[in-house]
Amino acid sequence: MAKRGVVDYIRETQVWKSIFRHGPPTNARNRAAVVAGNVFLHLHPIKLKKSGVQLGYTWCMGGLTFFIFLALTVTGVLLMFYYRPTAEYAYNDIIALKEHVPLGIMREIHRWGAHAMVITVWLHMFRVFMTGSYKPPREFNWGVGVILLVLTLLLSFTGYLLPWDQLAIWAIAVGSNMAKATPFLGHGGPGAALAQIGDFVMVSDKNDVRFQLLAGRFVGEPALLRFYILHCVFIPLVVGVLIAVHFWRVRKDGGISAPL
Amino acid sequence: MSDDVKKQLNRREFFSFVTVGWVAFTSAVAGFLTLIFRYTYPNVNFEPEMDFVAGRPNDYEEGVDERWKNGYGVWIVKMEGRLFALSNICTHLGCVPNWLPAELKFKCPCHGSGYYQNGINFEGPAPRPLERYKISLNAEGKIIVDKTKIYRYEKGQWDNPQSYLKV
Repeated sequence: MAKRGVVDYIRETQVWKSIFRHGPPTNARNRAAVVAGNVFLHLHPIKLKKSGVQLGYTWCMGGLTFFIFLALTVTGVLLMFYYRPTAEYAYNDIIALKEHVPLGIMREIHRWGAHAMVITVWLHMFRVFMTGSYKPPREFNWGVGVILLVLTLLLSFTGYLLPWDQLAIWAIAVGSNMAKATPFLGHGGPGAALAQIGDFVMVSDKNDVRFQLLAGRFVGEPALLRFYILHCVFIPLVVGVLIAVHFWRVRKDGGISAPL
Repeated sequence: MSDDVKKQLNRREFFSFVTVGWVAFTSAVAGFLTLIFRYTYPNVNFEPEMDFVAGRPNDYEEGVDERWKNGYGVWIVKMEGRLFALSNICTHLGCVPNWLPAELKFKCPCHGSGYYQNGINFEGPAPRPLERYKISLNAEGKIIVDKTKIYRYEKGQWDNPQSYLKV
């Protein structure tokens, strides 16, 4: 009879068994069960090809993007403890995050992380394109990825307003003016002039898509609050759901990029 | 047809129930989404009004007056016997230019568009001159600026009698 160590003792306690349903992954069946029964691993394939996870082949840019997204979520939640999205406080709170808060580098990590995430998303798409990994049956996941790219850029865009300095306000003024040119939905766009009955203007600066985005005609406090909610809650939620779909599809479509 | 059979739905009745159900469900979802959409448009707008009373023509000296810039986004300019209300929105991408009295020009901080005192663009990426707003006198002889009416130089509208006051 083999000698029983401390590890074996811990593995037989009720606490351990209540957390881990399966024994050590010593055989093929248990290896699959351990992965499938773990909430953090069950989006991963139970078995994958060695070539699919070699760093030289894929660069792991999608994985790095996900890691940066998690880092941005953590630092972003920490920033929310100090930041108040009002015209009176927003600018000073950003300064305070650097000057008055221990580990004030958190804000810099968040900002640099945002830049890094945009870069890794592009590199990830570049690798997917160059290896032909967008081709059937993975074309749906490419579509999901394109939406995730747009949402990544929108996250960067909405976060740009929050420091509430001159750069932010005018950047969003310029950016939101693009919405003014949306066909039929923006008051400066093609088709807006058609939506006019006599003197009654149906698409004006008081009801077009830009007004909806800014909650006003100018970049003001309502716009700051709206961008804050979009940046911290709305878009991250959508991104989180789509990331789950993205990863699940990677598994269903035969791994990361290897030939099927 | 016996009573036992009549207690069950036939195929046609079953589908009519399904249709009613789907119509009700679809309209409920559509109505809910409409409400959500409408929710994003606030009922009350606390921004400045689009028209305002801007004193009397005699209150203004020759040149550019900046007193209404912060509140209403308008420069009142008096030059060449005319008084007009100039928009402070850059025609390039919508930033707010600054009036530089020493250089007698409007200069946009975003991308460097420059405008003469009369609003004509002469440098930077701005594609067209600044817009002018409708300006008129009320019964008391006070100036009314109406920002909902826009007069554009490139459309030849600056000679429209509603776009300026003779002084």
